[in-house]
Amino acid sequence: MSAAAIPLSETQRPWNLPYRGKVAMAGLIIAEASIFTIFVVAYLFYMGKSLTGPTPREVLETPIFFTICLLSSSLTIHYAGKVLQRGERGAFLSLWTLTIVLGGLFLFGTGQEWHRLIYEHGLTISTNLFGTTYYSLVGLHAFHVTAGMIMLMIVAIFAFAGRMGTEHSRRVEVLSLYWHFVDAVWVVVFTVVYVLGR
Amino acid sequence: MSSNTITIPGIGVEGKPWLETLHEWVTTVDHKRLGILYIVYGLGFLVVGGVEALIIRIQLMHSHNDFVSPQVFNRMFTMHGTTMIFFMVMPVLFGFANYLVPLMIGARDMAFPRLNAFSFWLSAFGGLLLYFSFLGGSGLYGAGNAPDVGWWAYAPLGARAFSPGHSTDYWTLSLLVSGFGSIGTAINIIATVLCMRCPGMKLGRMPLLVWLYLVMGGMVLIAITPLSAAQIMLLVDRYLGGHFFDTQAGGSAVLWMHFFWIFGHPEVYVLVIPAFGFSSEIIPVFSRKPIFGYPVMVAATVGIGFLSLTVWAHHMFTVGMNSYANSFFAITTMAVGIPTGIKIFNWIGTMWGGRIQFKVPMLFCIGFLFQFLIAGLTGIIQASVPVDWQLSLSYFVVAHFHYVIVGGILFATFGAFYYWYPKITGRMLSERLGKWHFWLFVIGFHLTFDVMHIPGLLGMPRRIYTYEPGRGWDTLNLIVSIGAFIQAVAILVFVWNLIISYFKGAKAGSDPWDAWTLEWSTSSPPPAYNFATVPVVASARPLWDLKHPEDPDSQYE
Amino acid sequence: MQGVKNTIRTAVHLFAFLFCRMTTAAAVDPTGTNVFAPQSTPARSILHLSTFVLTITGLIFVVVFTLLVYSISKFRATSTNANSEPAQVYGSTQIELAWTIIPVLIVVVLFMATARVLHAMQDAPEPANALEVTVIGHQFWWEYRYPKLGVVTANELHIPVSDAAHPTPTFLQLLSADTDHSFWIPELAGKTDLVPNHPNRMWMDPERTGVFLGQCAQYCGTQHAKMLLRVSVDSPEDFADWVREQRQPAVADERVAAGRRVFETTSCINCHAINGTVANGRFGPDLTHLMSRTTIAAGAALNTPENLHLWIQNPDAIKHGSLMPAMQLSKSDLDELVEYLETLQ
Repeated sequence: MSAAAIPLSETQRPWNLPYRGKVAMAGLIIAEASIFTIFVVAYLFYMGKSLTGPTPREVLETPIFFTICLLSSSLTIHYAGKVLQRGERGAFLSLWTLTIVLGGLFLFGTGQEWHRLIYEHGLTISTNLFGTTYYSLVGLHAFHVTAGMIMLMIVAIFAFAGRMGTEHSRRVEVLSLYWHFVDAVWVVVFTVVYVLGR
Repeated sequence: MSSNTITIPGIGVEGKPWLETLHEWVTTVDHKRLGILYIVYGLGFLVVGGVEALIIRIQLMHSHNDFVSPQVFNRMFTMHGTTMIFFMVMPVLFGFANYLVPLMIGARDMAFPRLNAFSFWLSAFGGLLLYFSFLGGSGLYGAGNAPDVGWWAYAPLGARAFSPGHSTDYWTLSLLVSGFGSIGTAINIIATVLCMRCPGMKLGRMPLLVWLYLVMGGMVLIAITPLSAAQIMLLVDRYLGGHFFDTQAGGSAVLWMHFFWIFGHPEVYVLVIPAFGFSSEIIPVFSRKPIFGYPVMVAATVGIGFLSLTVWAHHMFTVGMNSYANSFFAITTMAVGIPTGIKIFNWIGTMWGGRIQFKVPMLFCIGFLFQFLIAGLTGIIQASVPVDWQLSLSYFVVAHFHYVIVGGILFATFGAFYYWYPKITGRMLSERLGKWHFWLFVIGFHLTFDVMHIPGLLGMPRRIYTYEPGRGWDTLNLIVSIGAFIQAVAILVFVWNLIISYFKGAKAGSDPWDAWTLEWSTSSPPPAYNFATVPVVASARPLWDLKHPEDPDSQYE
Repeated sequence: MQGVKNTIRTAVHLFAFLFCRMTTAAAVDPTGTNVFAPQSTPARSILHLSTFVLTITGLIFVVVFTLLVYSISKFRATSTNANSEPAQVYGSTQIELAWTIIPVLIVVVLFMATARVLHAMQDAPEPANALEVTVIGHQFWWEYRYPKLGVVTANELHIPVSDAAHPTPTFLQLLSADTDHSFWIPELAGKTDLVPNHPNRMWMDPERTGVFLGQCAQYCGTQHAKMLLRVSVDSPEDFADWVREQRQPAVADERVAAGRRVFETTSCINCHAINGTVANGRFGPDLTHLMSRTTIAAGAALNTPENLHLWIQNPDAIKHGSLMPAMQLSKSDLDELVEYLETLQ
């Protein structure tokens, strides 16, 4: 492949393309956003259409505390990424662990809410349209939080073993993108279910 | 396949035990091998789906025929549609993407080779899962058999009440699994195109095929997941007592239709856009001119990508949406014909003033142009909502979409096979057999699908296992069925060509067609690492620049 | 090359021939299901719109087809020019603009024509003298109720002919008891679906009397193919007679009391209704005036005593997969039952 016909400027120009991990995560986020959109549309479409059973107004309690937990975890994971870039492993470990704790609290809160809904109000996925769409939407989100938590915990294990360093910043950033996405979805779900839905 | 061995003159290479070769293929992460795996997998299902089509056509040869029972017939059309779309066209197109995209952008592999392999095996498993339904036990009324709810599985037909047993679950789960495989491949294609291009290859210098696969990948991300979402909802209904599509509980059957077609319409553009890509590579080379209007072709493709997300309910004109919704989807459907038409004009513009060589790849692309034109026009006819109130759900629609998928997509894909087979195997396909394949298929295709429009206009609905005599449908259906058998013979000729040319075909060399994109700069087949040195490019046709240093494209950029 | 041209010419001729045959078939065959033989305003409006759309798309086809044929014949590689490359043209902004703007204009025209007809048909107000029929789709039969006339029947719809001077259209409300169906009588109107929990509405004003055929057009299960439609368009007098007869309770003929007893003491009454007996089932067709119908099993068989025997004893022989169970009656019970059913005029 001779370079004879290629202008010299081409070979000298710096050639920088985006980091493929980020592009791939952006692609995954687009696909996941699409799937969540369909569940949100179903939720909105069926609002007020249940023929029987408890209504959102009767049984839902706005989970303000646990929402704050999840949204703050976006802050902590953001700063964790920053300090890892600077090489501060100890700070990284603390902030990362805090992120996991906050995420875990959110999941605990969801579980607690579901327990109350099922045992105190008799609302299950098969009770009525509200039950079906509520548990599906919130459940799909909780599933994605859980998947994220598993990834976070894997990184935590590496961090505790002292094996996370600056060289892993890009990958940690990719994972943070996923976590931010999960939080953004919660903002939408929260608005639709607890604000609009009542 | 000697692509992984470096031959040293004078020293022979020992034949490897077949088990080792098999192991290499099963564990490969090489984009070229995965591409071949996808393509061979798709070809296998072409034959299977074709047999299902022949069973359908034998049953419909005349009125009140009893070649198969209604239950078997209903499984045949469900499996034929599901198989051809998800396990024939998609794998073949992903196969070509895998093989060609890294080569065309001067990369050594896809961005994520292991994800690539994982996605292939997911999709492959999905197909096997679907076909396991034929064996998967029997329940009430043979309800454990293959799915029979149509490839759309409209609610509430897919609900437990109307589809007992597990046949619908095989449909749901197999598509869910292969859908995730498709998403993985789409992510890979996008990351590869955006992040792995060789130096100098700005986005505006990529081969059009790469642009088209980039758009197709984006559409897969947005459009496949609505189907996954709907299928998860269906599983919730069927197994957790949910009411998403339970009309008795206030649920909506129409909601399933919306979700399905929000997937279903962009899906057919996912299928056709790579076919556009094949034509955009083949037509210029065999016209000896660059593609006419490269930037417009890119813009039109992106436009089609966006517009195709707004037309879905033209599959639902008879469902009873209000007149404003119907009008909206009518205009968006007509609008998407504009960028599509522009592409046809640009292909003609490419041929115009050229020196056209009627080799087999070009024959298939010319067939594609004629047939896609007709298919697009019958689409515009149906976009006129009141007209669609007669034509929808009839054999007119069946004729229309087969015109697009077979007359358009399959023809362009055959062209791609003849064009790139030399690169993949190092041997040329037989021109003689190729011409037999082409003409037999043209005759069979037109006999079947031209005539098929007419029963639709005479009132014949789709998905019926038999029909009444005296409606004037008998002779027409017989002609349609004869054409199907002619197409089957053509496919056999094609498969024979693929096999015999592998052993006896003329050696191809690296650039048999005197083409201009990077894949032709390396050997046929390429070595595992694709290029000895990473290429640097200065235009969209780097090989043209090398062959014509007095008049390179880079001068005009 | 000549071969290709000849093939194309032959194909075009074949097309024209088939098209003409189809449209003339419409004139010859009065009870067909031909979209080109409208006998009612909706079908006629659709045909007019189709002609307009077909003309425009036909013109587009001719233009592009000609360009295609011209380019593949004029710009072939020949032995003289094959050794050099042609002028490498990359594009032309003016041409691109031209072939963008013209299609946009065509789309605008097509859309306006479409929207006009669409609104006229779909949003047509219901006149006071319209006949109202509720159609309920079942797997695999049609239920018809005339709410203002007190009539309940099945599978064969009777509606009055509509005089253009004083129109008496029929407005159908479309419901479903189970899955999706679609009501399609091509010569009277476009099709509209019957979707559970989603009532739809359509109308037609047939221009002449006679029997019009069609069938279910939305796949609804195993016997979708034999969910046939039969619409009898009657003169106003005949229609009034028919209504009057349908409103009567069932004929109570003492000579067939044995058969009636068989009916009333077997599980028939779980699914079927006969007005004037204890039978009040809604899952299957109303049998009160079974003998006023030409066919049984939604058109799958003619309404003869032999077919009735067969249908009751072994429905799968007529309509394999229908939801009518084989009744396992003794021969004498079956004979008596059919004798009874034969009296239900």
